[in-house]
Amino acid sequence: MGAKRAGIVGVGMTVQRSTRRDVSGVELINEAVRAALDDSGMTRKDIDAIVIGNMDHFEGINYVDTWSVDGSGALGKPIMKMTTGGTTGSTVAMGAYYHVASGMFDRVLAIGWEKNSESDTTGAIITAFDPFWDRPTFGGAVAGLALEATQYMAETGATEEDAAYVAVRDRKNAINNPFAHLRMESNIEAIMSTPYLAWPVKLGDMCPRTDGACAVVFASEDIAGDFPNVPAWVHGVADRHLWGYTSDPYVNQHVKGGTWFPAMERATRELYDKVGITDPLEQFDVAELYLPYSFAGLRYMESLGFCERAGGPALVRSGDTDMGGKCPVNPSGGVLSSNAIGATGLLRVAEVALQVQGRAGDRQVPGAKLGLATGFGGCYWSDELVIGKEKPEKARG
Amino acid sequence: MDDWREAQEVLVMDGGIKVPYSWSAGETGTTYLESLRDDKKFLGTRCPECGIVYHIPRRNCPDCFSECAEWVELGSSGELVTYTITRKHHPQLSPLKGVFGYAVIKLDGADTGFVHLISEFDESQLAKGARVEAVFAGEREGSILDVRYFRPVKAVS
Repeated sequence: MGAKRAGIVGVGMTVQRSTRRDVSGVELINEAVRAALDDSGMTRKDIDAIVIGNMDHFEGINYVDTWSVDGSGALGKPIMKMTTGGTTGSTVAMGAYYHVASGMFDRVLAIGWEKNSESDTTGAIITAFDPFWDRPTFGGAVAGLALEATQYMAETGATEEDAAYVAVRDRKNAINNPFAHLRMESNIEAIMSTPYLAWPVKLGDMCPRTDGACAVVFASEDIAGDFPNVPAWVHGVADRHLWGYTSDPYVNQHVKGGTWFPAMERATRELYDKVGITDPLEQFDVAELYLPYSFAGLRYMESLGFCERAGGPALVRSGDTDMGGKCPVNPSGGVLSSNAIGATGLLRVAEVALQVQGRAGDRQVPGAKLGLATGFGGCYWSDELVIGKEKPEKARG
Repeated sequence: MDDWREAQEVLVMDGGIKVPYSWSAGETGTTYLESLRDDKKFLGTRCPECGIVYHIPRRNCPDCFSECAEWVELGSSGELVTYTITRKHHPQLSPLKGVFGYAVIKLDGADTGFVHLISEFDESQLAKGARVEAVFAGEREGSILDVRYFRPVKAVS
């Protein structure tokens, strides 16, 4: 039993909203699952295994895999919970991919979901951090990211206006996505006039808190022709973890071989080597990147190799990452428009799949064949997947 | 042996995590809880394919995935599927004082059981299949504990 190539054959997502009081968490999951099954022409009984994830402390449900069985369709089936913080959704996608690529399962359902409305985000997220060294001085996601932004501005000369460009771009893209949460025509002045949450991060620079779910069906190459949709093939995946203290996101930057964002850069290097990417801006037709705040849309472009260090502002202002540019980033509106955290990474994967299948509706990048999807987790780890229209020569980890 | 314990006392930090949550019962759960609160009536949902009446009500059938839109009014009595009696209590967490029990109860008209409490019993009255009835709280707020507990149904003389 050798490694199998795997393709995405079905996608389901709920509308992303600030609050979904009309449904419980289990029922929200069911909406996405039902849509993904319909999209792939399958019923619950056709699924061989399920991988599910969320930020379990956000809803205070610790055995989400078991608790959600009525909604996920896992009744009497193998189900596995994967939860890795912000990267949960992309990790779930990778876990489902590994299930299929192993040759042990043919049809595997990946589910990511979150009801951010059900808790206090910072109150919940603090439970992920070290009780001695992090919690007493924890500034929450916003202040943690602001530390990154100020360092980035100091080292590169990037401005708050450069970052605002990213927020404007992504939320404008979201107008084309009927599932997105924040869909708005904006401009740099409008973002600049929003209140500071933690300098230099303003309200307009941050992702929203969102309720939503996403489900994606992965199928083995052996049966990938049996579905109504042409598969979107997984060309390769990579991930790297590290831990930066909340007060020093760059702790690893200062140790041997340290770089800008070591986890993302090393995952990128491995992935690009495997898939054969030497010029991502030219080779990728589309990217759905986990950019939780606007400054990430500058700096992460550098760590993902789209430009040289400090080149993020010039890259985004060139228009190359806009719709119609060389490699549109976040045609869906991205995380700055919708952030149901456990669903977010999986939505990136789902969106790239829809793009290379030519099924992305008004947000379609014409002729997209190869795309990059990423997941980001605080403190500073990274999941990355390349998904393409063409079948890869072989299965790759 | 263990003389290191005398040399250094390791610091231990106590934690008491309090995270506020506000869970939504959803429309299906809300309809159910409002019925308990306002009408003292148990509701279930019926799967249109399998015919199973679910209590607690499900919005979709976990098995065939059909939407269960049909509401069914259930009895407020039922039978013990299984039960236990507890004699040790946690001062904050135990839902009832004194000797009480936890039970899986299948209400009349339902096909599935649910977990609730039993009280006001003589142990000789408890057995698999024994009939029990709901005792509602006087002040109800839309929670499963609007039913305080179940007690054995008095034999009709």
